[in-house]
Amino acid sequence: MAENSLEFKGTPAQEEKLMAVIEKNKAFPGALLPVLHEAQEIYGYLPIEVQQMVADGLGVSLSEVYGVATFYSRFSLTPKGKYQISVCLGTACYVKGSDKILEEVEKKLGIKSGECTPDGLFSIDSCRCVGACGLAPVMMIGEEVYGKLTPKEVGKILDKYINEEGGAQ
Amino acid sequence: MTLEELNKIKKEYEELVMVRKVVKEQGEEMAKHTGYRKQVLVCGGTGCTSSGSKKVLAALDKALKENGLEEEILVVRTGCFGLCSLGPIMIVYPEGCFYAQATPEGVERIVKEHLKDGNVVKDLLYKETVHEDGSIISLSETNFYKKQMRIALRNCGVIDPESIKEYIAVDGYQALYKALTTMTPDDVIKEVLDSGLRGRGGGGFPTGRKWMFAKSSPGDIKYVCCNADEGDPGAFMDRSILEGDPQCIIEAMAIAGYAIGAHQGFVYVRAEYPIAVERLRIAIEQAREYGFLGKNIFGTGFDFDMEIRLGAGAFVCGEETALMTSIEGNRGEPRPRPPFPAVKGLFEKPTVLNNVETYANIAQIIYKGSEWYSSIGTEKSRGTKVFALGGKITNVGLVEIPMGTTLREIIEEIGGGIPNGKKFKAAQTGGPSGGCIPAEHIDTPIDYDGLLAIGSMMGSGGMIILDEDTCMVDIAKFYLEFTVDESCGKCTPCRVGTRRLLQYLEKITQGKGEMEDLEKIDDLAKHMQKSSLCALGQTAPNPILSTMHFFKDEYIAHIKDKTCPAGVCKSLIRYEIIPDKCKGCTLCARNCPVKAITGTVKEPHVIDSDKCIKCGVCMSNCKFGAIITK
Repeated sequence: MAENSLEFKGTPAQEEKLMAVIEKNKAFPGALLPVLHEAQEIYGYLPIEVQQMVADGLGVSLSEVYGVATFYSRFSLTPKGKYQISVCLGTACYVKGSDKILEEVEKKLGIKSGECTPDGLFSIDSCRCVGACGLAPVMMIGEEVYGKLTPKEVGKILDKYINEEGGAQ
Repeated sequence: MTLEELNKIKKEYEELVMVRKVVKEQGEEMAKHTGYRKQVLVCGGTGCTSSGSKKVLAALDKALKENGLEEEILVVRTGCFGLCSLGPIMIVYPEGCFYAQATPEGVERIVKEHLKDGNVVKDLLYKETVHEDGSIISLSETNFYKKQMRIALRNCGVIDPESIKEYIAVDGYQALYKALTTMTPDDVIKEVLDSGLRGRGGGGFPTGRKWMFAKSSPGDIKYVCCNADEGDPGAFMDRSILEGDPQCIIEAMAIAGYAIGAHQGFVYVRAEYPIAVERLRIAIEQAREYGFLGKNIFGTGFDFDMEIRLGAGAFVCGEETALMTSIEGNRGEPRPRPPFPAVKGLFEKPTVLNNVETYANIAQIIYKGSEWYSSIGTEKSRGTKVFALGGKITNVGLVEIPMGTTLREIIEEIGGGIPNGKKFKAAQTGGPSGGCIPAEHIDTPIDYDGLLAIGSMMGSGGMIILDEDTCMVDIAKFYLEFTVDESCGKCTPCRVGTRRLLQYLEKITQGKGEMEDLEKIDDLAKHMQKSSLCALGQTAPNPILSTMHFFKDEYIAHIKDKTCPAGVCKSLIRYEIIPDKCKGCTLCARNCPVKAITGTVKEPHVIDSDKCIKCGVCMSNCKFGAIITK
């Protein structure tokens, strides 16, 4: 599995947090989903090591945890970039050309949707509707929403992020 | 909490909220009693937040302080007003001045000129609210709002969603009190039945009947669930209700709990809706604090509490059995029905599940009575429906209309028509489960049965307007890609069927289709409708079937003539330069990534079709409209 090729760098502090979350939820029926949500919040993604801890903590099998973690698109088994780019491919955005926006982002960063740049700065995902249909087509970078986009503007927006990081590289 | 206490809060806050609902003169009189000279409402819904309403709010606070107005002007952050394309939206009461696309700079002017000196900043108002002679008309008189009737959205954009007191001021929790103290559970169910309310999530099943079944199912433990996993891409009314009026969902779920004998509720909401989740969380805490949730509500001995469960991005979880499986902590796969949830639902107990918009009607039905509600709408579809109007339409946003309103009224009057002088081609309703309504059916009254009769469906209320630049085969392909992604894989007709359908469409859009493919699609689609486990698979072929029915010409053009009439499908189009329009500015040639464009300065350029990768960069760069697709 590709996700195992990345070294897991969990800290004791993170583990302690996760254990507290498991302890808090353990007694309730249907605890697995809420726990995975919080685990992803703590670690940024759900590597197999984290899934194992959740499985042990809740007393369920690893395969059950893996099954749930891979079923829902919100859970990621691979790390995300520092800037998570999410291009909306909901209907309202699609009829206003969001597929071209996604293409432009992919072209500009040289990676495909679902991937992360080698320097760990950007990852691209597509999503189905962030509910900002009035601004279609829309993309999000982290929490920031960019609306009424054209492919040309996408380049400018990404340049801004790239330049900001330029000093560090 | 007693009725006296409830009414005391209501009285205390009533005028404060009413200033935002009555006509100008009355409002001015009322404003005098509220302690605030004016109120500024700023939309804090997702749409306006995305367009920068937080910056507007910050600028407003700052400007009010600088001008020493913070004591006399009340700032309220509300939910969605509906006109999302004009965000961030700001309304000043009692005048009812509607400032559109507010900016921090504009806010400074509004504070100084309007709030301080009393001169409305006319050039920043929404243009539809200013007459040619310069007089201002109220928002409710504009085309966008005139034909609307707001029941489910009654408090969105009116009250502060984080203030339970403002909800109480607009009759909040009166319906719960009425139900618990003057009605039996059977009375409540009868009232809902008589109202004619049908499920607003898509299926259109009578809500009262659902409740009746759950009540008559034996068992001590029962559950009330709310489906807020709004998956239809392009629909956002449930999110707006949770963001703008979360208390009305809590009240309705408590009423449902009383009716069926449940003491625990679950709201299953998309994790993609952080603002909605946060406001609901605050609302639940406040409701507990005031005793509308918890033990012995209104001293009647009725207990009810609820919690939030977050979805994790699976469209199939909007299906009722899959949603419950997901709350139980599993992969959200549907279960065969029967047994229906009303008999054996969440944790195998009898369960009522309704969606957000359905619940948003309940308190009003109980408070005002079924007779009032059933007088609205058409014979078989009572009440109103909220639509999320999007796509190629001037006024993108949320609209609530009485059932029976025609598509033409929605598009031409409320929606303000198609922008850029383009022609209306079709309206897509029901999302990935629905179909298209072509121009020839534009006068169809919108209700459950009317839409089914023309091969579409109400769905959860997404309404995407398509213009002549939209390829119908491409749209069908778009929805199929969606269902292929979202099919959970449990049953074969859906898992394999959606993929096969998509392959046919890919073939057709690449110019490799054959006429017999159309028959094969039709055949496969009918099998899927009959044999899929849940509604996702059963309705997945609808977008294809409906576009094939109304736009067969376009399919045939793709297959026989190998052309895409709308100029969308990449394999079938060619970019060309019109020599008469080309000024030879060389911009296209310089931007072409594969150097497919040649020509000398000030002479018409030419595109080499063999080299062209059809990226469209030249067309978007051309300032003279000289590049076209064929």
